[in-house]
Amino acid sequence: MVVMDNKIESDQTDIVDSDADETWVNDVTESAMRSMRNKPGKAWWVAITLLGLVIVAGVIAWIYQLKHGLASAGYNDRAFWAVYIADVITFIGVSYGGAVTSAILRLTGQSWRAPLTRLAEAMALVTVIIGGTFIFPHLGRPDRFLNIVIYPNFSSPLFWDFMAILTYTVATMIFFYLPLIPDMAVVSKMLGEKKKLWQKFLYSSLSFNWLGSEKQKKALHRGLTIISLLIIPLAVSVHSVLSWAFALTSRPGWMETVFPPYFVIAALYSGTAMVVLVVAGFRKGYKLQRFITDRHFVRLGYLMVALGLVYLYLTFADLVTEGYTGITTGWIKQTVTGSYAPAFWFYVFAGELLPIFVVAFKKTRNVTGITVASVFVVISLWVKRLVIVLPAATQPLIAGAWGSYHFTWVSITITLAGVAAIPFLLMIMFRFIPLFSIEEMEEAGELGSVEQVSAHTQVLAKILAKYTGLEVTAPKASKTLTASETEGK
Amino acid sequence: MPESKVNRRNFLKIVGAATAAGTVDMVTYKAYASTNSAPNGWKGTSGVAGSSAASMANTASPPDHQWAMVIDLRSCNGCKSCTAACQKAHYLTEDQTWIDVFTMTDTIGRTYSMPRPCMQCENPPCLHVCPVHATFRTDQGVVLVNQGRCIGCRMCMAACPYQARYFNWNAGVEYPSMPIKPTPEMPVPQRLGTVGKCTFCVGNLNDGLLSECAAGCPMGSIYNGDMKTDVGVNSMGNTIKLSEFLYDNDAVTFKTSQNTHPRVWYILGHGQNLDNDDQAS
Repeated sequence: MVVMDNKIESDQTDIVDSDADETWVNDVTESAMRSMRNKPGKAWWVAITLLGLVIVAGVIAWIYQLKHGLASAGYNDRAFWAVYIADVITFIGVSYGGAVTSAILRLTGQSWRAPLTRLAEAMALVTVIIGGTFIFPHLGRPDRFLNIVIYPNFSSPLFWDFMAILTYTVATMIFFYLPLIPDMAVVSKMLGEKKKLWQKFLYSSLSFNWLGSEKQKKALHRGLTIISLLIIPLAVSVHSVLSWAFALTSRPGWMETVFPPYFVIAALYSGTAMVVLVVAGFRKGYKLQRFITDRHFVRLGYLMVALGLVYLYLTFADLVTEGYTGITTGWIKQTVTGSYAPAFWFYVFAGELLPIFVVAFKKTRNVTGITVASVFVVISLWVKRLVIVLPAATQPLIAGAWGSYHFTWVSITITLAGVAAIPFLLMIMFRFIPLFSIEEMEEAGELGSVEQVSAHTQVLAKILAKYTGLEVTAPKASKTLTASETEGK
Repeated sequence: MPESKVNRRNFLKIVGAATAAGTVDMVTYKAYASTNSAPNGWKGTSGVAGSSAASMANTASPPDHQWAMVIDLRSCNGCKSCTAACQKAHYLTEDQTWIDVFTMTDTIGRTYSMPRPCMQCENPPCLHVCPVHATFRTDQGVVLVNQGRCIGCRMCMAACPYQARYFNWNAGVEYPSMPIKPTPEMPVPQRLGTVGKCTFCVGNLNDGLLSECAAGCPMGSIYNGDMKTDVGVNSMGNTIKLSEFLYDNDAVTFKTSQNTHPRVWYILGHGQNLDNDDQAS
């Protein structure tokens, strides 16, 4: 029943102290709303301005590209797909990682997830929107995008992509929104009657009269379980279909059965790393060290490295299958020893070996180590996507020299704008919503035992009552909901 | 080419005459096809209409013809006149080699030249992957692109095994004002952000003219053919009975293993192995 590791980190020793119950819940609420209540500091404004400028630069670069054509982004007939499609895969990939990590941790009742899920789900939502947006610079005629709906060709993998991404985006929104309902109610009550119109809409309407009753909790829990179950096959389908945009062509290096799982695992791997980065950023920015500890990073690190090893295995399986018979050796040579070799080996060393060593050694297995490793994982997986896209695209299918792709200021600026948009949107988003689900934190058994959870539920009920003036029934200790939540660990 | 005009007129006459005597020819062809294994399972007259796309494409003419092409590698000297003629007629940039001439290495290590137009596949991979039906196949067996609908996703470029598709990456070359709007048959001027490829100069063919590449070939290596009337003509004024010419000269199609069923045949003669998917480099 006890969820804590034997070894308890220094900054959270008091959590198991049952005398501190009320303080804990108060602190949870206070910390969760830290991003909303305090006026943003100087650092926030500096960061948001710089990120905003990068995004504006990206938009300008895109307008330039619209006017001058994709040649200005370095494209040519032998490098017809390049950086933007790698961006699409990378952004949607990290989104998938965030959503599925959160869903799996939810479904398996991993109570330690509680302070991470909101950040992971918000990241999933933001990145899928950015990833979807990157289809526009990828297209030669983005103005005709709706032709996919007007003249759909159901046999085209790109049409499947469109449908899959759209469905997944909607699911991600729901997945993000459901755990938000109780928090919206809390915020709504806290604001009281003197709400501005947008606040009224955002918090009152979106909380759907949430009172925290047993019935409502049960319904919410069921809804969350269903969407957690749904989002996994949805996300698998998105990445399988994305891979089929490549695997359903006859190009050596792309036409491979391994591609769908290859893409799915890459997405999970980079997504876990992205969760680490987002969590690390907000932990530092809003001083959440009390709730998000080394322990969380170490566990995410284990998960990340496990996925990384699967991905390394798939990469190896891919290369061996392609390379052995000699039919497609040109592609392999170019990737492993040719002009794409630096990028490929960067992935192997920085994206695979480095995180393994960081997590393997106790000395580096900490917040800093795992965050640095995650930076390398995310970057090297973007590079790996380029190494998947470019060699197969630029290879000569008939005769002659290899084609090549060269980065230009346009493609670099647009890509950086996408990167900057992640923290930009998250920082703005968390001005309006709590950093983690108060409800979940309290439910998750972070406190140690069912009894304590119940105690804390009662405390939260008291707090809610204080804000709302409403009587809220707290669940009894024997409630299956709470029990199953804690049992998972 | 001063004599090419004559030849174009020739072609018109020949095709016209053959159409008039069409029944006889068809009987001959059918008898031929049933007794001989025609190269590559050639179905001759089984033109697959491009369904709704064809009607949209303004290719109103009935399928009196099934256009094809024969490239005789024995006489090709690699001068790239075909490429130049094509680029001039379609106002293409230097990189947009709708008919490209590749320098290939044969099985004994010597080089030869191979012009590569669009293969006008009967089973075109580019058509299947286009998300918006911008690529379609006419009832004359020609695969065309509607540049007014193309969204520029370049999935077709990924799917084409022949590298036959070229994108409009930039504004392109200067072109005079055109009397008519660009059509899939004559996509001039090229539109920024859309894909283009060899159209077989199907407008020329339907007017009884040779395609630009065939007319521009000084060696007469390129024959425009019609599978329905079983006739082929090159710029030298040579007229061939298409099916017999292909049979007698052991014609092959390129990358047969891809199951694309090209409508472009190659005549070999120098130990080449065209059906080679090896990415040798």
